[in-house]
Amino acid sequence: MKALAGPPSDWLPAASGVAPRVDHALRGLLGASLFMVVVLTALTLYILIRYRRGSGASRRPLRIATWKIEATWIGGTLAVFLCFFFEGAGVYAEMERIPPGLREISVTGRQWMWDVRYPSGRREFNAIHVRLGTPVRIVLSSEDVIHSFYVPAFRIKQDVVPGKIVSTWFDPTRAGTYTLFCAQYCGTAHAQMLGQVVVLDDSDYAAWAHGGSHPGEGAAPAARGQAVYRRLGCAACHEGPGATPAPSLRGLYGGIAVMADGRRLQADEQYLHDAVLDGPHFRVAGYPPTMPTFAGILAPADTVDLVAYLESLGRTPPSAPARP
Amino acid sequence: MSSAVPAPPDQPSYLGAETTVASWLGTRDHKRIALLYLFTITGFFVLGAVAAALMRWQLAVPSADLVTSDTYNRLFTLHGVVMVWFFLIPSIPTVLGNFLLPLMIGARDVAFPKLNLASWYIFVVGGLLALYAIVVGGVDTGWTFYTPYSSTYANGHVMVMAAGIFVAGFSSIATGLNFIVTVHKLRAPGMRWFRLPLFVWAIYATSVIMVLATPVLAITLLLMGLERVCGIGIFDPRIGGDPLLFQHLFWFYSHPAVYIMILPAMGVMSEIITCFARKRIFGYPVMAFSILSIAGLGFLVWGHHMFVSSQSVYAGVVFSFLSFLVSVPSAIKVFNWIGTLYRGSITLATPLLYALGFLALFTIGGLTGLFLATLAVDVHLHDTYFVIAHFHYIMVGGGVMAYIGGIHYWWPKISGRMYPERWAAFAAVTIFVGFNLTFFPQFLLGYLGMPRRYQIYPAEFHTLNVVSSLGAVVLAVGYLLPLFYLPRSFFRGPLAGPNPWKATGLEWQTPSPPPPENFGETPVVTGPPYDYPPL
Repeated sequence: MKALAGPPSDWLPAASGVAPRVDHALRGLLGASLFMVVVLTALTLYILIRYRRGSGASRRPLRIATWKIEATWIGGTLAVFLCFFFEGAGVYAEMERIPPGLREISVTGRQWMWDVRYPSGRREFNAIHVRLGTPVRIVLSSEDVIHSFYVPAFRIKQDVVPGKIVSTWFDPTRAGTYTLFCAQYCGTAHAQMLGQVVVLDDSDYAAWAHGGSHPGEGAAPAARGQAVYRRLGCAACHEGPGATPAPSLRGLYGGIAVMADGRRLQADEQYLHDAVLDGPHFRVAGYPPTMPTFAGILAPADTVDLVAYLESLGRTPPSAPARP
Repeated sequence: MSSAVPAPPDQPSYLGAETTVASWLGTRDHKRIALLYLFTITGFFVLGAVAAALMRWQLAVPSADLVTSDTYNRLFTLHGVVMVWFFLIPSIPTVLGNFLLPLMIGARDVAFPKLNLASWYIFVVGGLLALYAIVVGGVDTGWTFYTPYSSTYANGHVMVMAAGIFVAGFSSIATGLNFIVTVHKLRAPGMRWFRLPLFVWAIYATSVIMVLATPVLAITLLLMGLERVCGIGIFDPRIGGDPLLFQHLFWFYSHPAVYIMILPAMGVMSEIITCFARKRIFGYPVMAFSILSIAGLGFLVWGHHMFVSSQSVYAGVVFSFLSFLVSVPSAIKVFNWIGTLYRGSITLATPLLYALGFLALFTIGGLTGLFLATLAVDVHLHDTYFVIAHFHYIMVGGGVMAYIGGIHYWWPKISGRMYPERWAAFAAVTIFVGFNLTFFPQFLLGYLGMPRRYQIYPAEFHTLNVVSSLGAVVLAVGYLLPLFYLPRSFFRGPLAGPNPWKATGLEWQTPSPPPPENFGETPVVTGPPYDYPPL
């Protein structure tokens, strides 16, 4: 049996920007909890001994009204609880607010492995290499059931839900190798769906980036997405001179899309994903219902790539004025 | 508190009135039905405990030495399904609730005695279906049945198991309905709402939750079945469904179900503590209203199981806030129980040992619940052993301690005889020690990042898992002891008399065991509950 050596900080390093803030909230809760357990235990033991049957202690009724006591501890409890609520919600909001412009690594979960693709086109299984001090965004998708991307050392966890693109991010602040767990039960080998996040300093990272498998082994997500776009023949409707049967996709990303039924939707990543898979539900105002559904036809990894391509299109200015 | 005329001494008790097997299987006496449930759920408890023991045995080593992954996954599913739906949810309501509710309000029986018996039969049918699913090969979805795993990928007998739970749900609904009507219509003269023992308030609130929440579970399982059997896209995105919809529906039932498991335990606590402190409950109206507010708010916090599921950030913030809110009345109840002990005249009998155990474990379970309600902290702790430890402190440390404590407290009423006090006290302490040894290390494992439902784990988690498994041995000994001395005392224990604890409730104002009709003459209530005489 391996001995549990070293202080707890060695068991669980705080290796991301947000980790110390989570630990701060956790320590506050721990302190308050220990305080309450000690006080209530001491109080109860005191009462049990002093007011044991047959003891001579006075049992006169209380002089203070019961409702005053009740009001005091209801108010006090609520106030303390609200402090914890606000601290936790504050840090959570920071976790969920993904800074713009981060380097994106696509991670696809499938029974029972993590498929990792870098912007360079490089691909790995069950390992993610990142540069110390450079925050990255992890774009998560699943090919089968729900998985969960959990790196305890970073204090982050995000369920990977099939049919959705979900992102998480972290700012690695400490070099080292950290375990990536699948935290959502996903079948037979769930407990073996492990990976590593390797945080490298600048020189190690450069060595990794130039070594190993060649970046040319695959294309960048947007380039792969462009291939999907061609394969599906999207341009037939979405591009062309004059009036096209479907809206132009240039400049779409980041704007507002107006639906035929009057909904005004933010054209973000999730919108692009959903509109690709379920065209009829996202018919844009002023266009005929030409767009088919691609749900069940397009593989999740291809969908992610296609969305990446559409995003890259969105960053280029519209070539022609968009129709209303 | 009341005047009750004891039944004529020559009248046989509910146990001795008829003794044939048919008289038991066809009984409409709430007390006999309670015993039918007691036998049934004890069987399920043993089954669930055996699965837990095998899991702890496996987890004593970090590699898959004892069972295969598929077997392990079936074990934790079996443990969860059986313990939640076939032991914890029915435990206090159907055994102690059935036995005591009519006695406590001065009634002859529940409102619908035949429906009450039918509830037990429905429960047995559901239980047999679940057993069948286990025997023919088991289910590997976990007790939460998350889609799309359960609806498309799982390779076990998911539909049979779901059918068992679906059927057992109707037993819950029928029992809840029966109890609600009983409390509304059959209270004895003078038994006003604010003279009800808190156990009755707790069972009443629990019944309301059962009636309102259980149908949602039935619908959810039905939808899952439609997808699995007919391929109708509801939860699987490949055929147009939404996996998170399942989680919303499932937790809309299963979070209130946590209160189905803990509210009755809180009711038992109030009865035991007042009796052995010989004092009125501290803050009766606050205690009653906190039961009702827990029952109400409990319906609004389901989303705290989904903070990392990719539900909306704003939804997460609202659910976190409401989760803190629902924990206030629980904290107040703890303070009020300690306030009840204050200036009491305390006897440390076995039921009070269990109540004190509940106080300690429920407090730890509640405080660690705050960790999980805190958004940023939950992101780290969600789906780890921290969550396992937390809900075992509530459901086992709270629910099961109160259930066993309550069985001891009312054993003289149920059996007419006393249990052996020394053995019982020894078992109570053993359970308390074993429980903490088993589950406290799991808080640390969870903080260190060990995910739940892992049969194989990294070596750094080994030591704490060994401690936990050793604790489970102690806990098992504690649970086994009452299985021996209680049945023995049922036949050979010293006679208890009507009111061995000198308690005030109406259930103690009739012989032990009570006659089939409960009371010779309908009692009349003239004062508040827990009116223990000043010393």
